[in-house]
Amino acid sequence: MAFRTEDRNIFKTQIEDLKSAGIFKEERAICSPQDSEIIVEFPIGSEKKTVINMCANNYLGLSSHPDVVKAAHDGLDVRGYGMSSVRFICGTQDIHKQLEQKLTEFLGTEDTILFPSCMDANAGVFEAVLTEEDVMIADRLVHASIVDGMRLCKAQQDTFKHSDMAHLESKLQLHQNKRLRLVITDGAFSMDGDLAKLGKIVELAGKYNSMVFIDDSHSSGYIGKTGRGTHEYFNVVGKIDIITTTLGKALGGASGGCISGRAEIVEMCRQKGRPYLFSNTVAPVIVEGALKVLDIISKSTERRDKLEKSTEFWRKGLTEGGLIIKEGETAIVPVMLFNAKLSQDFAKDLYTEGIYAVGFFFPVVPKGQARIRTQLSAAHEMHHLEKALAAFLKVGKKYNILHKTKQEVIDMYGA
Amino acid sequence: MVKDAILEYVKGEYLEEGDDRELTFDTPLISGGIVDSFSMVSLKVFLETKYNISIPDAKATPEAFDSVNNIVALLKEFNIE
Repeated sequence: MAFRTEDRNIFKTQIEDLKSAGIFKEERAICSPQDSEIIVEFPIGSEKKTVINMCANNYLGLSSHPDVVKAAHDGLDVRGYGMSSVRFICGTQDIHKQLEQKLTEFLGTEDTILFPSCMDANAGVFEAVLTEEDVMIADRLVHASIVDGMRLCKAQQDTFKHSDMAHLESKLQLHQNKRLRLVITDGAFSMDGDLAKLGKIVELAGKYNSMVFIDDSHSSGYIGKTGRGTHEYFNVVGKIDIITTTLGKALGGASGGCISGRAEIVEMCRQKGRPYLFSNTVAPVIVEGALKVLDIISKSTERRDKLEKSTEFWRKGLTEGGLIIKEGETAIVPVMLFNAKLSQDFAKDLYTEGIYAVGFFFPVVPKGQARIRTQLSAAHEMHHLEKALAAFLKVGKKYNILHKTKQEVIDMYGA
Repeated sequence: MVKDAILEYVKGEYLEEGDDRELTFDTPLISGGIVDSFSMVSLKVFLETKYNISIPDAKATPEAFDSVNNIVALLKEFNIE
């Protein structure tokens, strides 16, 4: 047997190290479809409980929408369960091409290519389009999948301070001798809930002859007047060279992602993107579900409008109630607790109150910036939000952190 | 001096406005949470550009970049003092 006891012990020790460092992650079993209310079994084996979900990426509440579910069922009946192939051998159906075309129209770009996930899109895009003659200049808070993708690419890497446009400009000046420059940012930053300063980024990119890349996974579907994303919000549709995004959040929540942008860049990804070339095509069921999602949100902005109002209520309620939140424009609202243990205790007490939210701390967020990240959904009704708000304030009162400054909270609990 | 130039760069590149942390030649940069493994690439770009050298990835380790003094020691290998 190749897996010796001493081999097993190496992994056991690593797992124990994670536990003793307090960064061991546990899963909670959800025994219902994704929605504003879910049935949770936590810890696994304990009594099931119905709770309000405040931590899903289900921004538009379409993950379990009956029309989307029906479209997926129809897709299963008509196009089958799987394709057993990568795209370029025998994995491209007509519906894959239709979805790529619909995404192109929705995002206002020239062309689109589907990937199994946005993680895969980000892992493959840089290597497919850039060489050692080029440079990638990334915001320091970009998603981990972008960091991984950049590491797979031979182009030079550089970074700029989060949303610091003067710093970005200095980096663009520094790299004028490169063949191609690519500024890389998230559209909406997933941990802080703020938007990239995309208008200014596009302006600087024009001034210094640079291309612009955004990962709009946490924006697509609801940011901007018609939900096209961060580029719509900043009125720069058509000026972003590469957009990656996911079908796994607002756009149905199943899985799948894409690269959308300049036709030649998308073509390079089709020819050279390794996660595209060497992993299976997106399943027909997901493609049909995503087509229905785009159909729903292209016809009406009702869901993103509702989400906008709910977010406004939530941000105002938390702030007036005396909790500290990160300011932002998105449906991601971090409640700042600063101390790691406090974030975990707070989340446990919320669960007792029937609210499902998760505490994040270092290394997921910087040291001393522990928080509970709340996420709004168009599936939330006002009574859900009122109950959740009451619970947050009740738990906040228990820990005596309402109407306290950041420093006062840190003085009480440490950072 | 090389040492001073690097310290000045680190302060400007990695401390946010209003961050009044005292940085010295021995301050742990990476293990101290001032520079993370991703933004460390900017430090490498700076050193390579300023001193016209190419630092192989094998030498651009978190340990080698963990303090100004460590970086100075690394630069000595390239005859930069």
